Amino acid sequence: MNDIGPLVDQLVESTKTSVGLFAPELVLSGTIVVLLLCRILPLVWRVPAQWIALLGAFTAFAWTLCQFDQLATPGGTLEAKSFFTGLLMFDEFSTFFRMFLSLFLILTITLTVLTGIPDREDAPDFYTLLIGATIGLMIMASANHLLMLFLGVEMASVPSYAMVGFMKGRKQSSEAALKYVVYGAGAAGVMLYGISLLAGLTGTGSLPEMSERLAMIVEQGAGISDPTVRTVVFASMLVMVGLAFKLSVFPFHFWCPDAFEGAAAEVAGFLSVASKAGAFALLVRFGLAFSGHSKEVSSIAFALGIGLGVLGAVTATFGNLSAYGQSNMKRLLAYSTIAHAGYMLMAVSALMVMRFSKHAGAEADAASLSCIEGLMYYLFVYLFMNLGAFAIVALIRNQIFSEELDDYNGLGTQCPLLCFGMTLCIFSLIGLPPMGGFFAKFAIFYSVFKATSVHWVMWFVLGAGAINTVFSLFYYIRILKAMYIKPRPDGARKVNYDLMPVGAFVLMICLPVLGLGLFPSHFTETFKHVAKVLLTRS
Amino acid sequence: MFSPEVLSNLIIFVPTIFAFFLIFADTKATEFMRVWTLVGTAITFALSVALLGTYSPADGGIQQVVAKEWISSWNIYYRLGYDGISLTLVVLSGFVFLVSMLASWGIEKHVKGYLILFLILETGVMGVFFAIDLFLFYVFWEVMLLPMYFLIGIWGGPRREYAAIKFFLYTLFGGVLMLIAMLMYFFASAPHTGNGIGSFNLLDLAKWAAQGNVFSPGLQVAGFILLFIGFAIKVPTFPFHTWLPDAHVEAPTPISMILAGVLLKLGGYGIIRVAYPLCPYGAQYASYALVAIGVVSIIYGAFAALAQTDFKRMVAYSSVSHMGYVLVGIAVWKISEVTGAVDGSDYWLMGMSGAMFQMIAHGVSSPGMFFCVGVIYDRVHHRDLNQFGGLVGLMPKYSGMAAVIFFAGLGLPGLCGFIGEVFVVLSVWNYSKVLAIVSASGVILTAGYILWALQRVYLGPEYKGPHPEAITPMTSREQAIGWALIVPCFALGVYPNFVFDYTDKPMAKLVRSLNEGYQNTPKPHSEVQTTQK
Repeated sequence: MNDIGPLVDQLVESTKTSVGLFAPELVLSGTIVVLLLCRILPLVWRVPAQWIALLGAFTAFAWTLCQFDQLATPGGTLEAKSFFTGLLMFDEFSTFFRMFLSLFLILTITLTVLTGIPDREDAPDFYTLLIGATIGLMIMASANHLLMLFLGVEMASVPSYAMVGFMKGRKQSSEAALKYVVYGAGAAGVMLYGISLLAGLTGTGSLPEMSERLAMIVEQGAGISDPTVRTVVFASMLVMVGLAFKLSVFPFHFWCPDAFEGAAAEVAGFLSVASKAGAFALLVRFGLAFSGHSKEVSSIAFALGIGLGVLGAVTATFGNLSAYGQSNMKRLLAYSTIAHAGYMLMAVSALMVMRFSKHAGAEADAASLSCIEGLMYYLFVYLFMNLGAFAIVALIRNQIFSEELDDYNGLGTQCPLLCFGMTLCIFSLIGLPPMGGFFAKFAIFYSVFKATSVHWVMWFVLGAGAINTVFSLFYYIRILKAMYIKPRPDGARKVNYDLMPVGAFVLMICLPVLGLGLFPSHFTETFKHVAKVLLTRS
Repeated sequence: MFSPEVLSNLIIFVPTIFAFFLIFADTKATEFMRVWTLVGTAITFALSVALLGTYSPADGGIQQVVAKEWISSWNIYYRLGYDGISLTLVVLSGFVFLVSMLASWGIEKHVKGYLILFLILETGVMGVFFAIDLFLFYVFWEVMLLPMYFLIGIWGGPRREYAAIKFFLYTLFGGVLMLIAMLMYFFASAPHTGNGIGSFNLLDLAKWAAQGNVFSPGLQVAGFILLFIGFAIKVPTFPFHTWLPDAHVEAPTPISMILAGVLLKLGGYGIIRVAYPLCPYGAQYASYALVAIGVVSIIYGAFAALAQTDFKRMVAYSSVSHMGYVLVGIAVWKISEVTGAVDGSDYWLMGMSGAMFQMIAHGVSSPGMFFCVGVIYDRVHHRDLNQFGGLVGLMPKYSGMAAVIFFAGLGLPGLCGFIGEVFVVLSVWNYSKVLAIVSASGVILTAGYILWALQRVYLGPEYKGPHPEAITPMTSREQAIGWALIVPCFALGVYPNFVFDYTDKPMAKLVRSLNEGYQNTPKPHSEVQTTQK
């Protein structure tokens, strides 16, 4: 009994500090509780649910911002460490993504306020789901343990299923939700199998310890023909399947167009950006968990990196080619998000290839640094450009009651501001300077280009990325063509919107797309710092 | 009055500032907006002339005027500079934009949007000519794409959508190749910058390329192919020219003028400023292919122009033919098989100067030809060469102006087209006698299609096409444009030193440093024999 005492003390102590670090998530959880009480307490019911949600999101954002600031300044009061007895990780990387996600939550809630989805009756439920999914994604971003990896993914997924099916009256919406659930459950099962294999082999679920344990197993074995080594590779691939599903990477993307088409554009915008951010954070962390000094483990991770690169190239190509035939805006944008997941996957691939190449050294470290920097920059620009595109689809839908591309004909003269915002987003999505999307793509191509010196397959990946930029022009430009070049048909519904709140919101989302392209310096410095800390710690 | 730093920044951004204020103009105040834009382009032109006035070609090097850190972690700078080559093109662009703005008075559809895009296009063009940081160069290069797509796509002719997307796709494809080449050089220069990050500084990259041991022959060949395709699309040379006839035919007259007068020059400028200095070995390696491509462009463009029945399409193909001379002039770089030294470097310099002059001359005569097409098209709304005739009697002043401008395009001695063609053809003789004969025969074909077009449009007994009642004499605005274009045609033809004074020294320096770069680059075995097939 005597040894229990210090253990309990230690646990209490660690919980105390952990709760402080976990506060933004706790604030969001508290917001959910208040939202759930809405219906029961008449006093709370008087306050519109969106304000409660917005307040919670703002608090969480401010809190993570402070945490990030404290972490990033040398000599700050906070330092990077794992918490909750090693289940979660608190460092610059995770805090950045938590900040990113809570900022995105604020923007999404603001958008739903402007578009009026959901109505007053459904609002508490909707925001509960939205915030719940965000908490799950934040846990994904800070997961330091295979268990938390799975919990985070599930916690993010389950509310997403419900949100996709939120427009209860529409058959399409329910169908989309069902497809999403079935795919999601399948992917989660596969991932859980992979996790159990990994945990069983290594005897631990903790990511930092994994590499060491794996080295022990792999070095005993006799190369790839050894069944244990093969199981390790297989298990890692299974875990990546689960993440690939969240990222909608080929061939696990089939849910994406259907789910996006069935869901409201606001929800689709949320899913497209937030779940990608969470999943990429997790993928990077999982990939870096192979870091160590064991050559055998490195070579496994290297092979996985090459595989991810090929997958990224195929995903980008597939997404862009499929988008070409679409006539529904949300479906088109869904395929575009698939393509972008492909580009971003190339960065992760370049990271793993550089990090785990045989000629590791100072130069390889600098290269892996720029991979993470590029990925984070891409995600940051992607937040604005993709949310902007979906937000404008939602705002236009409220006016013309349609999301078909053909109904966008001639809108350029009727709502110049919305179309201008869309133009900025689309040019950024294509990757044309001076938009942020260009610099993001440039950074990723640069990472991949560096990786070509390690393995020739990366030339193929780079070529695919370059060619895809040209492919993507075909369908993005169709949107602009409809808006600006085609005439508005006679008798088509007039579009009128109040300039003030909607216009300000559109500018608030779309101008950063331009700003990030013109002045990327400040952000790249921050991202570089985050990446440096992440790499030195792992 | 202003320092070169302020002047060059103003030349780039005055159009944007004017465009910004247009946003707040009332949509119905079209006349005011046109005058406003005209003032903007006029100021830009005046500033570019002022900058030319301050320039003295001391040693012909590029004078760097601005170097501000832009993206520090990537060594990207906002770096502007110029020499005689870019300055003459800047003045040409300022002039063409001013004249095109005058020609834009007839645009009635969405005037505000048109003018804003027009001005943004000018910013992009000027930026490309001033940028001496490769990244900045690329940014301005792509900035031109966006307004151009809309200018063709919204204000163009019946097949405008097709033409606009084709233009966009071709240029974007070229841009992506350029981007990869940029990365290759950025990566390869990393060990030499001192801080381990690569460099985009065109001056430094060119300097290292001239040293010869920094960029490997393989890199230079690969880089040159990528860069060359990117620029060749813009020039355009055969076989990358197919976007041009469509874009020209569908674009409204002022945009065709800009396209022919300025945008095509960007391709030639890119080859001179980026592709050659960065990859001297690659350029020399490919020189025979380049001259051959240039000669094929000359002949192919001329034959295609002969075959056209659409007046504007004919002029468009004449651009392909004329720009072929530019490529040929740049590429006639002969290495002696015996000594490995450059053979007849003076001829090469002559070719380079000829190419440069040809760009300026074509930048005046080609917008003029498109303007002439536009004048008659505005009246009779067709461009069928076989349905014109007899315009001399109906519009004597217009016909006279058109004759001068078309003769300038033809290359009549005393007019601007002559000098460039002669210089180029003479320099090819040293390079390859066969190609010289073929390219000289292009002159005859050019005379053929231009004279035949003049005959069918302006001469003949009477006009038999549709809308004969609409044929009215030129308005005073049109006459002003006509005179503005004719004066430089004569001036450059009679006194070519207007251009050569500024370009001679930079060209000589360029030729020298390219040659150094080639000689210093360690060659793979037996390369000296194989480069001259």
